[in-house]
Amino acid sequence: MVEPRVVVVGAGPAGVRCAEALASAGIRPTLVDENRRDGGQIYRRQPENFARSYAKLYGTEASRAAAIHSSFEKLRGQIDYLPQTLVWNIEGRNLYLVRDARHITLTFDALVLATGATDRLMPVKGWNLSGTYSLGGAQVALKSQACAIGADVVFAGTGALLYLVAAQYQRAGARVRAVLDTAPWSDRVGALRDLFAVPATLLKGLLLTFALRRAGVPVYTGIEPLEIVGTGAKGVSGISFKDSRGRTVDMECDAVALGYHLRPETQLADLARCEFYFDPATRQWLPQVDPDGRSSVAGVYLTGDGARVRGAAAAEKSGELAALAVLQDLGRAPDLDAMRALRRSLETFDHFARGLNQAFPWPSGQAARLSDDTIVCRCESVSVGELRQVVQQAGARESNRAKAFSRVGMGRCQGRYCGHAAAEIIAHAANVPIEKVGRLRAQAPVKPLHIATVQNADEARSNASVEGVR
Amino acid sequence: MGGRFVRVGEAGRRVITLSVDGKPIQAYEGDTLLVAILTSIGNLRTSEFGDGLRAGFCLMSACQDCWVWTTHGERLRACSTVLTEGMTVSTQQPEGTWSNLE
Repeated sequence: MVEPRVVVVGAGPAGVRCAEALASAGIRPTLVDENRRDGGQIYRRQPENFARSYAKLYGTEASRAAAIHSSFEKLRGQIDYLPQTLVWNIEGRNLYLVRDARHITLTFDALVLATGATDRLMPVKGWNLSGTYSLGGAQVALKSQACAIGADVVFAGTGALLYLVAAQYQRAGARVRAVLDTAPWSDRVGALRDLFAVPATLLKGLLLTFALRRAGVPVYTGIEPLEIVGTGAKGVSGISFKDSRGRTVDMECDAVALGYHLRPETQLADLARCEFYFDPATRQWLPQVDPDGRSSVAGVYLTGDGARVRGAAAAEKSGELAALAVLQDLGRAPDLDAMRALRRSLETFDHFARGLNQAFPWPSGQAARLSDDTIVCRCESVSVGELRQVVQQAGARESNRAKAFSRVGMGRCQGRYCGHAAAEIIAHAANVPIEKVGRLRAQAPVKPLHIATVQNADEARSNASVEGVR
Repeated sequence: MGGRFVRVGEAGRRVITLSVDGKPIQAYEGDTLLVAILTSIGNLRTSEFGDGLRAGFCLMSACQDCWVWTTHGERLRACSTVLTEGMTVSTQQPEGTWSNLE
């Protein structure tokens, strides 16, 4: 019997648990990861010559991080591991990779995408100034490089990560000037019932907030950011915001960490032709998956935060479950009881995720209030006013059309950081519901590549004349 | 101009010297190129669209805001590049390489 070719993309908690379950069923998966080391973003490893302990690095999640890393070490002999490798396109059953500027084509029978998430961003005037970082970026600086993004840092946005990263900075000895949360306290009270689905995580969140307050860090809730103040030459020098009573507060700082929860990285799912649907609770388009992680395309599975943002603990479960679904679809007999238990456990995390979305909602209303001179596309410095103009004057009421006219979403980040806010701006300017605006279609390459690499790929493809590939 | 990032631990690593825009800078083994530069200098590059200097944004290879260039004109994503001894980089984009084309 020919071994089925199973490829897992992403070596975070979902990808590692998926590869582990496949390996223990006797399959040798290929694990492709863009990072230099395993762990994903959440359990990102520090360089080999760093000395901080797991407890210091990962806090309450130290034992989980250690377990994932050691599981991966044990797996190394049973998988084909391709670190520092970018998957830049998918066509049919072919996966196009780049490693060391060299092109590789992998053909798969089953593909599991465990691509994780990046910060979800709402622009604010001045967010293009140097010294503004995504919340996740601020955490990476600390966790993997033992650095703070500035000497005097303001954490702004909303979500669990806002408090987590601020608390990690405070504990590491960095100066946390303030935490500015756009979500009002009342939302948290309303969400309590759902948050009790996972009481341990709820408790950890509350303890973080208390730790910040005990350390004397000012925590503002129900705020609206007005401007990140500074100059193009010197970068950030402060932040201005409206507090919950509507008063304007000016605060000095030299760095701002900004983020509003997370958004799944779905470009590869899109290139694999997976169907998407609009999720009204989070106001974004998500790829369709069944409870086990099967997408709408046979043989393509979506797992972890790359499918649904439910956090690292859920990602481990969903990675394992996706592996069992792969086995089932390949005609191997997985443990059905284990599948049922994993599904049940994921329902609990779904419940908790609903609570988090309610407690820390995406501040969609801000989009309408952004000034015309606010930059929406950081890549190419396109302003909110320019985007509104293509909606109102050129009649571009759909995301991809507005992108063609304004270049918002066409820059080097390919809409990762502007796309969700741009959709809100378009919807408001066109006076249509957000779901009518559609979603930015993913384009290959999903990250910038040297043109020579793509040319080599084209040659390789025409030489191979693979069936089903244009 | 002074640095932007502040080190909060992991002191005592081997010192590595790199050259940024012709000036020597000291950093540590294990640093990414982004951290090596931003602990001494405030920025990584200039926005091609006239809105000032940039210093990276996401630090996880997604935003592409942290590009710097080697003396041969090769583009590096500073957040995912590991520092090596004697690295020589420029924060000025070479001419004739608008965006990522070579």
